[in-house]
Amino acid sequence: MNEKAIKLLGGKRPKDKNSWITVSIVVVLFAVIEIIKGTGHISNLLSGLLVPICMYITLAVSLNLVVGILGELSLGHAGFMCVGAYSSALFSLVTKDAIPMTWLRLILAFLIGGLFAAVFGLLIGIPVLRLKGDYLAIVTLAFGEIIKNLVTILHLGVDKNGIHFSTESIAALHLEEDGTVLIKGALGITGVPKSSTFEIGFIIVMITLLVSLNLINSAKGRAIMAIRDNRIAAESVGINITTYKLFVFSLSAFFAGLAGVLYSHNLATLTANTNNFGYNMSISILLLVVLGGVGSIRGSVIAAIILTALPELLRGLSDYRMLIYSILLIVIMLFNASPKLVALRERFSIKKMLKRKKEAQKEVRADG
Amino acid sequence: MQFLSFLISGLSLGSVYALIALGYTMVYGIAKMLNFAHGDVIMVGAYLIYVVSTMQGLPIWVGILASVVGCTVLGMVIERLAYKPLRGAQSLAVLITAIGVSYFLQNAALLIFGSSPKSFTSVINKKPISLFDGALVISWEAILTMIVSILIMVALTVFINKSKQGKAMRAVSEDRDAAQLMGINVNRTITLTFAIGSALAAVAGMLLCSSYPTLTPYTGAMPGIKAFTAAVFGGIGSIPGAMLGGVLIGIIQMLANGYISTQLSDAIVFAVLIIVLLVKPTGLLGKKINEKV
Amino acid sequence: MKQFKKLLALVLVGVLCLCCFAACGKTETTPSETPSDNASEGTAGTLKIGAIGPLTGGAALYGNAVKYGAELAVKEINAAGGINGMQVEINVQDDTHDAEKSVNAYNTLKDWGMDLLVGTVTSAPCIAVQAVAAEDNMFMLTPSATAVESIASPTAFRICFSDPNQGIASADYIAAKELGSKIGVIYNSQDPYSSGIYAKFASEAEAKGLEIVAAEAFTEDSKQDFSIQLQKMKSAGADLVFLPIYATEAALILSQAASAGLETKFFGCDGLDGVLNVENFDTSLAEGVMLLTPFAKDASDEATQNFVKAYLEAYNNDETYLIQFAADAYDCIYAVKAAAEKANINADMTSSEICDALVAVMTEVSIDGVTGAGITWSADGEPNKAPKGVIIEDGAYKAMD
Repeated sequence: MNEKAIKLLGGKRPKDKNSWITVSIVVVLFAVIEIIKGTGHISNLLSGLLVPICMYITLAVSLNLVVGILGELSLGHAGFMCVGAYSSALFSLVTKDAIPMTWLRLILAFLIGGLFAAVFGLLIGIPVLRLKGDYLAIVTLAFGEIIKNLVTILHLGVDKNGIHFSTESIAALHLEEDGTVLIKGALGITGVPKSSTFEIGFIIVMITLLVSLNLINSAKGRAIMAIRDNRIAAESVGINITTYKLFVFSLSAFFAGLAGVLYSHNLATLTANTNNFGYNMSISILLLVVLGGVGSIRGSVIAAIILTALPELLRGLSDYRMLIYSILLIVIMLFNASPKLVALRERFSIKKMLKRKKEAQKEVRADG
Repeated sequence: MQFLSFLISGLSLGSVYALIALGYTMVYGIAKMLNFAHGDVIMVGAYLIYVVSTMQGLPIWVGILASVVGCTVLGMVIERLAYKPLRGAQSLAVLITAIGVSYFLQNAALLIFGSSPKSFTSVINKKPISLFDGALVISWEAILTMIVSILIMVALTVFINKSKQGKAMRAVSEDRDAAQLMGINVNRTITLTFAIGSALAAVAGMLLCSSYPTLTPYTGAMPGIKAFTAAVFGGIGSIPGAMLGGVLIGIIQMLANGYISTQLSDAIVFAVLIIVLLVKPTGLLGKKINEKV
Repeated sequence: MKQFKKLLALVLVGVLCLCCFAACGKTETTPSETPSDNASEGTAGTLKIGAIGPLTGGAALYGNAVKYGAELAVKEINAAGGINGMQVEINVQDDTHDAEKSVNAYNTLKDWGMDLLVGTVTSAPCIAVQAVAAEDNMFMLTPSATAVESIASPTAFRICFSDPNQGIASADYIAAKELGSKIGVIYNSQDPYSSGIYAKFASEAEAKGLEIVAAEAFTEDSKQDFSIQLQKMKSAGADLVFLPIYATEAALILSQAASAGLETKFFGCDGLDGVLNVENFDTSLAEGVMLLTPFAKDASDEATQNFVKAYLEAYNNDETYLIQFAADAYDCIYAVKAAAEKANINADMTSSEICDALVAVMTEVSIDGVTGAGITWSADGEPNKAPKGVIIEDGAYKAMD
């Protein structure tokens, strides 16, 4: 039914070729970097940036599912990342000794982080997705901020009497002598085993990419895009809007949770603040999506790579670094989205010129 | 007595939020964009007063005038350079540009004024009023904030409803194409909206920094977000909504601070916002837009 | 359009590849450059000290202070002939008080050829960096990261007091001097530094028989209005308010306390230092405020006075960043010098060798610095020095006792 419905709605079947190009770009980049790493010619900065880049790719692709494919603006994506990061970090910390196999612990951590985030996505999605446009945006922002706020006052400890919980302070946990504090409020979680590597990051990116691209190219994906393009028409041909919306929203939250796991297992400290789990982060992820092109998965991947590396490469400019970054941002946006400039660019595009020439020739022939 | 004191703090903070929210909501109503750089215009306004009155030692009214004029011009320049070329583009593109402008203003201020905080001299220098043997203390800043906010809101309401320009603004926000057909200069109306919004931001900056006298390049960011929340709370696009939303957010924040927990006040403000939006999906005074098929 | 996007994508990928190769080139050349330098100049080479701190963002005051203090010390040392004949180079990188950016900054410094690290300035990023530094066996001495875990690794040391130490010292000091009996606390619950001090202060105060009548928190997102917290201090009848917070918020609290008619004593820790440096701050508001800090720029001891004089000369009498963090950083560089001389560090050693050598001698080093006389270190990286109490009188710090 759906296939037909979408044809009726005038939706186009995207070419699968495009997806393969995206995947192969990522695989080739991975191979190139592995080779460079293998020969030992990699700079410390770049090797340190590899895991964050994987994390930002995952985040950008997952947010693009909501913004580009579902067509809803979410400003609380960092909140899901926060849930994934904290739940998995807590798990890894507790099972550090119980599960000696790093790979097993890591797989479980990823599952836990992703699932927790997905559950939050579902819980938040049920009420939130009734709203539209900017109202939806502000409510997601609000949820993100609430998650961040709650996490920073959370104290959790464990001793022989069981688990203790407090929102006040470590002292209020009333732990026995042998107890350990797991979550220390503002200090967050420390001592998480540092087990994120570039290879694991690559696997997460590939999972995210393949699932997302598969979804977009499936009948389901086209139904979702039909909702984006014309909700009422989609509804009238029998597409269940709520189910699809919730599905995309929690899938996106799941991937954001995976990114959170990458984050928390890459640094020895996990604290929640505006820049890593607050609205600043949500906006940074949105930046990646918009600069890469809303709805373009490949664009998100490329934007994530470049925008993560850019501020680091601009370090040489010291004080002017962020100023130049902001100017670049404005200029790129104007260049990419300004209707006048877009028209101008199309007029002078080589491909168009060739096409026009051909058409002109055709006309001549037809006349003759 | 404690309640009264909390309430006054809330009203005072809420009035500032309301002034900032007015800027958000007017721009949204007319240009259909979320101007995320609005909070940083407040910061620029406060720095202008600091430079003119504190560093140069000129009288405070010169500083306020310079700040209002400076912010108005800044608002118009931002609109012309960054937002006007994007008219007709995707709303997301405009949003990101606004964020770019916000980063730009913050970092420019950081370069010019440095990272160390500046202490803002209050525009009025009077001892606070002490009532009931000091059980209730009201600062003059709070009183000034409330009076100025009420005056501005009244003036703005009259302007929007009675003047020709105000009517043009309403017409553009209602239906831009129809307004253009009726001979209204849409571009000029939008510029005017930015000018008014930014002038309000300058006033808000003055009031904010008089009550909370520390000035850094990031001073405007958080009040900006809170005011944006307030604008949505009241129904974005609606001017009375922004006023109501601002005041309510201020009061809720202060009462939550006082009676529930200072650590959770932000979470509570946002939770109230979510609940209100779930019950009334377009905010308190927002118009319900029927979808056309 | 599509063609264009494809082209753009390709160009960008190309740029990225170029960037990484360019970076590779750098790593290859850096180590080989240093020896050739000694050969041509005939000196003992250079010692490259990296430093990391927030130079932009909300905590930029502290990062910049460390930068100024450290650069001053490096200049002095170089003028006096360097360390073991080596000239010292310092490179300060920005981390915007973010753990992820801090690790990036650390990696940038490693590419630059850093021999040892002075930093990082703030606590949470420092925890992340010390874990990476421990893997690399890189020596680090932080001027100001006060969280316990900031120096968890064996290669990390600090020159400031830890959070628990400050909390305990503050409670002891207040009890010993009988400064107050009904204590109110206002702290930042989202800041590790602030909540860390508060936690220890609370337990120690209880042990010393001080009564905490009110403890009110504020958060990163609402640190402008303190009227509620102050109101509660007043209702609870606190006679001393303990402020384990930073100067920016303290300046706000003091001015709001004045307008709320709250007349108690205020007591703070080293984060409060700098409150007099808030530009245009009405210092009469801070009259009578007491704080525990290892550095007061008006202190009469010789070390402080020499430092202040040198600092003002070097930076055109600009006092903006002349706070404890600058003094800490200044001492850090001299501590590195003392340790390096004791361990006979030379330019041919790798950073890992330098680390082993420095860690081995660190517990034997003792320096007379600006922030304390006879500072020594224990093996866990904590410094031993006496806290100083100062009181603000007539707009200036005065030593108490």
